[in-house]
Amino acid sequence: MTNREVILGRIREALKIAAPPALHEGPPGPAAPLPASPQKWLPPVGETLEEQVQLFRRNAEELKAEFYDCTALNEAIQYLKKLAATGGWKNIGRHRGELTDAVARELGLQEVLTDHGYALNDLESCDAALTECDALVAQTGSVLVSAPGAGGRALSVLPPHHVVLARRNQMVPDLGAALRGAQEKFKGQFPSFLSFISGPSRTGDIERILVLGAHGPKKLTVLLLP
Amino acid sequence: MKTHARQFNESARHYTADLHHRELIQKALAGYYARRDEFKSRFQSWPAARDLAADIKREAINHLDRYLDEFVSRLEARGTKVFWAPGAKEARDYIIGVAQQHKVRSVIKSKSMTAEEIHLNEALKQNGFEVVESDLGEYIVQLRREPPYHLVFPAMHLTRRQISDLFHDRLGSEPTNDPEDLTMIARRVMRRKYCEADMGISGANFAIAETGMISITENEGNARLTTSLPKVHVALVGIEKVLPKLSDLALFLPMLATAGAGQSITCYNTLYGGPRQPGEPDGPEEFHVVLLDNRRTELLADAEQRDALHCIRCGACLNVCPVFKNVGGHSYGTTYQGPIGSVITPHLRGLQDWKHLSQASSLCGACTEACPVKINLHHHLLHNRRNAVRVYPAPLDNLLQTTFVFVMCRPGLYQLAARLGRLAQPLQRLIRGTVLDPLRAWTKTRSFPALAEKSFRDRWRERKTP
Repeated sequence: MTNREVILGRIREALKIAAPPALHEGPPGPAAPLPASPQKWLPPVGETLEEQVQLFRRNAEELKAEFYDCTALNEAIQYLKKLAATGGWKNIGRHRGELTDAVARELGLQEVLTDHGYALNDLESCDAALTECDALVAQTGSVLVSAPGAGGRALSVLPPHHVVLARRNQMVPDLGAALRGAQEKFKGQFPSFLSFISGPSRTGDIERILVLGAHGPKKLTVLLLP
Repeated sequence: MKTHARQFNESARHYTADLHHRELIQKALAGYYARRDEFKSRFQSWPAARDLAADIKREAINHLDRYLDEFVSRLEARGTKVFWAPGAKEARDYIIGVAQQHKVRSVIKSKSMTAEEIHLNEALKQNGFEVVESDLGEYIVQLRREPPYHLVFPAMHLTRRQISDLFHDRLGSEPTNDPEDLTMIARRVMRRKYCEADMGISGANFAIAETGMISITENEGNARLTTSLPKVHVALVGIEKVLPKLSDLALFLPMLATAGAGQSITCYNTLYGGPRQPGEPDGPEEFHVVLLDNRRTELLADAEQRDALHCIRCGACLNVCPVFKNVGGHSYGTTYQGPIGSVITPHLRGLQDWKHLSQASSLCGACTEACPVKINLHHHLLHNRRNAVRVYPAPLDNLLQTTFVFVMCRPGLYQLAARLGRLAQPLQRLIRGTVLDPLRAWTKTRSFPALAEKSFRDRWRERKTP
């Protein structure tokens, strides 16, 4: 017998006895079918895109991320130039993409492109990372990134400042919508990596006091483009 | 050799008298309570969300064979190597084998209680591999050569001063009182380790059957680096971690964060579905998932306590437990501390050796109320007590209980007993708390309530017939 058969055999043997009924607060009766979505129990999200953008802003700022709603691409470029100047950026890591290409051209910094592999030490010494994303989640203030959509696994976590360029139509109400969106987009051919990023890296392991920049970025900036 | 029960008693006595420890834990938890309540209140209905979470885990655990099969076949379809480990030894041997095969020198590890359970670090070290814990709290307790104090907050029993001294001794850093400086010292050390490590080991918070992915929840980014940079990634996953659908995470990620850490959502919630795929710029060449049974199926076979396998290891039950807060995480002597540890450890490591943990409870039910997946924790402590005496009956306890029932069912006898008690009371006062005292187990640390001079029954009679 293989280990797989051993363990599955133990499980099937164990499950021959049914578990006692669940202890729900509701009235006893036949078990209700599981609702398709937990949406109605989770924190509420506004109906309109504008409300969702405002909720995303509140949540992102609460998570100590920086959020900037740009009316045009040029505004994002100007904003990034300011960030680059104050942060003293010399080189940035990024991947190829419609938005990242357009912005990086104007920034004119040295670059490490991750699309076709990179030297780890080069990426590690970058001052910032510029990525796109797969979705923004209003309910939690999270950014969904994937290996193909954000230049791989390390780009969005290794450099000390992560800048996300997102389009307004990438805003989704909640985690459920973001996951459904990913399922539709990748149609079973998922990338090996998907991550919800909610604010800059943090820890509370010393006396439960919040410190930003534990192992990942100390700063997270989300630029919303039309 | 000291028994586990004696070790527990001695350690508990030590910690309950340590006022400094109590203050530190209470201060750490006060902030947690406030934030947890704030984020719970943002849910449209936390109780309904709990019901749903419990139902989903119930569905998963009660059809575990089907969901595990689905999970594994989808993982394997995309090049992940899956190993089914019936016990701790098989899991350790497999992981050591992978390390040897790749001629690994150094291993970076992100937080995994399952790895603590099978003592993976010790085994890797014995086989000549350097292992570094990358989670800050875990790194601190690793440097101190002690086990994690708490499932979620491994170093919550230490002050910044102690951590500064530790870093000064072990890493040669300048002493500092600033948690940020201390974090940055660890960050610098760890950055080098990430870049050098040949193998990354992680746990998993959830295993998604529908899509064949593991989900890892963290705040620091250490798990993301552990799973991105080394050329081999091994994830150690308990078989009970399964969730049926990807969309279930929409509920579990915010609930885990709120119940576990008092956050709306943790910083990184990452899904891994395989090794680096064609066209992806980075990620490990090999991804191994080790599925661990290690007597979980024995707990599964106990239908009454099967819901203990719903546990998502959030630590909420520890944070509210009056016993945990006083005896501290290290007293338990178990991998999993607090109420959940007291429930499952007897199943994982033997009922008779660990039955004392079921007595270390006030049965107040705070744990059951805090549990986001509605595990009936305090009743399971009673179940464990019952099961323990079924095997080794306690005749003295039985006699006491039978006598108690006998007396309570007979009002005349009860009155007589109360009168005798009133007469014996002054005598008992003379020997209170000494070895002669039959109530010593109680009176050596507590006062014993005095019986009223007149019983309610007597006073009632006097009132009616003046």
